[in-house]
Amino acid sequence: MTGRRGGRPLVPAYLSTGGVARPSRNSLERLSVLTGGGGPEPAGLPAAQHALLDVLDGGSLTVVETAALLELPVSAVRVLAAELIDQGLVSARPPIPVAALPAPDLLKRVADGLRALKQ
Amino acid sequence: MASAPSSSSPGSTGAAGARGIHLPDTARELVKILVAGPFGVGKTTLIDSVSEIRPLHTEEHLSEASARVDDLAGVRDKTTTTVAIDFGRISLGGGVVLYLFGTPGQERFRSLWADIAYGALGALVLVDTRRIDDSFDVLGLVEETGLPYAVALNTFPDSRPYTEEQLRRSLDLEAGTPMVTCDARDTNSSIDALLALVQHLIARNRPETR
Ligand SMILES: Nc1nc2c(ncn2[C@@H]2O[C@H](COP(=O)(O)OP(=O)(O)O)[C@@H](O)[C@H]2O)c(=O)[nH]1
Ligand SMILES: [Mg+2]
Repeated sequence: MTGRRGGRPLVPAYLSTGGVARPSRNSLERLSVLTGGGGPEPAGLPAAQHALLDVLDGGSLTVVETAALLELPVSAVRVLAAELIDQGLVSARPPIPVAALPAPDLLKRVADGLRALKQ
Repeated sequence: MASAPSSSSPGSTGAAGARGIHLPDTARELVKILVAGPFGVGKTTLIDSVSEIRPLHTEEHLSEASARVDDLAGVRDKTTTTVAIDFGRISLGGGVVLYLFGTPGQERFRSLWADIAYGALGALVLVDTRRIDDSFDVLGLVEETGLPYAVALNTFPDSRPYTEEQLRRSLDLEAGTPMVTCDARDTNSSIDALLALVQHLIARNRPETR
């Protein structure tokens, strides 16, 4: 039963995409953290951008959580968020702060955290 | 199949809908594990049994590359095939937040798979031993992506009792791959399956001392 082995390596879709859906910053991952509050909302902002700012009112969210709440595909939120980042209305940080890398004990902390959840 | 995309809190979300799900201020390191497997194997059940937020999902176009910006304003192309991807979140203390992504493994999800897998620690591959063949695609994708993985066998009332050796052979598992049984409906059992994966990740990272 070896038929399933082999094949070509995978490249993250959004890094290889040349179409419209490519965000202006391709560093936005599903777990990148979006934070609003970058200034007063300009008048006449498109509805979708307004909705995104609205869900970030009161705290930060990952890209994927934002997508779920807005009922939009993640690819769409990447584009919207990138536009808002370019306008200085939203800031984004990577899932793991670059300053914290490498995080050698991260896996151990994940294991400890999971163990602590057991009832 | 079980998901009803638009029935839960449509358009009305806004700030009110988001309240209570914002990240804790202490969140510092966000990590993810894929919970992978064919439809009906128990991905959503496992994620729900351990998640701290109400289970969320995104609707993804099967070909992400062809998603158009015009779709964003809510004008969705009804002919586009979409798939619901659920995810859950668990705050683990010390600033670590773990996300679990329920990831279907069929070949046609290939590009979506790559995007979801990007940056993941590893994958917990759920297998229903009544239909082992259904897991081949997902195992193939996991191995191609290079994600370390563990296998969790979900037992159903009419599952046949295979030996571990039989299962390892028919699944064509890489040597050293952990294989555990799991009841995805049970929180502790689901956590144990995740722990089997994380222990495996820790062991792989340890420099050889022998
Ligand atoms: N007996 C048993 N049933 C399960 C288990 N995990 C899931 N189920 C049931 O299998 C069905 C499909 O599970 P679901 O989580 O929706 O599968 P998904 O398509 O992979 O997300 C549901 O009715 C679950 O209650 C398990 O570990 N044991
Ligand atoms: Mg499901």
